[in-house]
Amino acid sequence: MTAIEVRGLRKRYGEFEAVRGISFTVEEGEVLAVLGPNGAGKTTTVEILEGYRERDGGECSVLGMDPQQGGAELRRRIGIVLQECGIDRYLTVREILQMHAGYYPHPRDVDEVIALVGLAAKAASRVKQLSGGQQRRLDVGLGLIGDPELLFLDEPTTGFDPSARRQAWDVVRNLTALGKTVLLTTHYMDEAQALADRIIVIAAGEIVAEGTPASLGGRDDAEVRVSFRRPDGVDAAALPVDASIDGDRVVVRARHVTALLHELTGWALQRGIELRELEVTPPSLEDVYLALVGEHATEEPTDATVGGGSR
Amino acid sequence: MSNLADGVRQVGWEQRMYWRNPASASFTFGFPLVFLVVFMAINGNARIHLGSGTVKFAQYYVPAILGFGLISACYTNLAFTISIRRDMGLLKRTRGTPLHPIAYLGGIVGNVLVVGAILCSLVVATGLIAYDVRWEGRYAALAAVVVVGAFCFSTLGIMVSTFVPNEDAAPAIINFVLFPLLFISGTFGKVADDSVIGRIAAVFPVRALIRGMVAVFDPTIRGSGLRWGDLAMMALWGVIGLVVSLIRFRWEPNR
Repeated sequence: MTAIEVRGLRKRYGEFEAVRGISFTVEEGEVLAVLGPNGAGKTTTVEILEGYRERDGGECSVLGMDPQQGGAELRRRIGIVLQECGIDRYLTVREILQMHAGYYPHPRDVDEVIALVGLAAKAASRVKQLSGGQQRRLDVGLGLIGDPELLFLDEPTTGFDPSARRQAWDVVRNLTALGKTVLLTTHYMDEAQALADRIIVIAAGEIVAEGTPASLGGRDDAEVRVSFRRPDGVDAAALPVDASIDGDRVVVRARHVTALLHELTGWALQRGIELRELEVTPPSLEDVYLALVGEHATEEPTDATVGGGSR
Repeated sequence: MSNLADGVRQVGWEQRMYWRNPASASFTFGFPLVFLVVFMAINGNARIHLGSGTVKFAQYYVPAILGFGLISACYTNLAFTISIRRDMGLLKRTRGTPLHPIAYLGGIVGNVLVVGAILCSLVVATGLIAYDVRWEGRYAALAAVVVVGAFCFSTLGIMVSTFVPNEDAAPAIINFVLFPLLFISGTFGKVADDSVIGRIAAVFPVRALIRGMVAVFDPTIRGSGLRWGDLAMMALWGVIGLVVSLIRFRWEPNR
C-alpha cells in the first residue's frame, strides 16, 4: 500500500517559489530520505504533508487523506518530529510522554518508548536537564508515543556530535524494525545512506534525482577511478590502457574494473614493475550528491526563513 | 474522547508545570502580595474618601490589589505563557497532535483561573485577617466582578501575546501595556473619576475592574455593590480581546 502520494506539489511564498512541482510516493514500511541543501524546499514539502501548510498546487494524499482536510483523524495516525522545536521544560521525560500519550486513542506504552529512544536512565529527569542529543531523542519519542503508522522526521540529527548521531540512527533503525513508514529529511549524505531505502534529492524546489543509496545518480554504473604511483621511466604512452598522468600518479577511469585491473597487473608482472599505492575508488554518494545539487545551486533563503514564517 | 475531559486533564498537567517554574509562580504571586504589604506598611494609617464617607486605606487598597491579582494571574500569565510557548515551538508541536486546540487552550486558561482563585483568596484572607477589612456580604457582586474580569483579562492576555514577536520581547511589551494602566486606574491609590487621568483611565478595563472591586467592599454605599457600567466595559474589552485573538492567533513561531 502507498503511505504518501504526491503529484505536482507547488508552494510559493510571495515571489519565491519554494516547491516547484514535486512528485513522489512512499510505500508502507519504507524509509524515504528527502535530501537537499538548506532552502531546497524539504521542510516546506514535509510541512505540507503534515498539515501545517496549505499547498498552492498539485495533489497529495497521506494515509489516504488530504493533509489539509485530515485534522485530528490524520494526526492520530502520524507522528511528527519537527525541526528545532521546544519541549515543556518543567516536566520529566516520563511525564511529558504520559501527557502526550493522553492525546492519542491507542498510545504505545510509555516505558517502552523511553527504552526505544534510549532514555531509560533519564526517565525521571526534567527536560531542561537533558543534553541537546537527549532532547532530540525525546522528540523522536514524542513522535512515536501515539503509535503512528507514519513518522515524519525533519532533520533529526542536525547539530549532533558524531556519537549522538549514531545513537539517533539506531533509534530510527529500531523504528523500521517495527514496520513503520518513515519520511526523513536531511542534508547529510551519510545519514540518507545509512537509514533510507530510497532517496530523493531536492534542489531549488525540484527533484533532481531519485534512487536507492546504491544507484542514486547512476552511481552503480559510473566510472571507477583506478590510480597508482607512476613507475620510474613509464609515461602514459607506455601503458596498455588509456590513462592520464596526474602529478606523480597514473589515473585510469573505467566501467569494467575487473578487466582493467587484470590487464594492468598482467602488464606490470611481465615487466617486473610494482604498482605502488594502487587505489580503486568508486564514486562516493557525496560526489554524486554534490554534482547533483551543484548543477542547481542558487542563492536561496534557508528552510528556516522560508518554512517558519506565519505567512 | 471528549474535549472537555481532555481540557480538564490538561489543566492538571499545566498545574504541575506551573508550580515547578519558580519564576512564573513568584512573578504572579510576588507582585501583588509585595505591593499589598509594602503599601500597607507605608499608608496603613491613612484614610480615603469613598462614596459617602471615609474609610481606612486597607478598605480601598485590598480590593484594588485583588483586582491587580486577577490581572496578574489572567492577563500577565496568559500573555507570557502563550508568547513563550509560541516562540519555543510548543504550540506548533501540540498542533501536530490530535489534541483539539480548544482542549489545549482551555487547559492553559483553566490553569490561570485556578492560579487566580488561589491568589485572590490569599489577598482577601490577608485583608480580612491582617488588615481588618470589612466584608459587606456582597457575594453576587464579587462573583460578577471576578467572572467578568477573568474573562476580560484572559482574552486580553491572549490578544497581547499575538503582538509579541519573540520570547525576548515578551516582558517589555506585556508590562509596558499594563503598568501605566495600573497606575492611572487607581490600583495604588485613589484616582478621582472627574480628574483628567480618571477620564482617560475610564475607557480601559483596568479602571472598571478596580472600581468594581472597590465597590464590592465599600462600606459607605448601600445595595448589591454591582456596577453594571464597569461590568459592561470589561465585557466589551473581553469581546474585543476574543475577536482580535481569533483573528490573529498563530500556532507557529514568528521566525
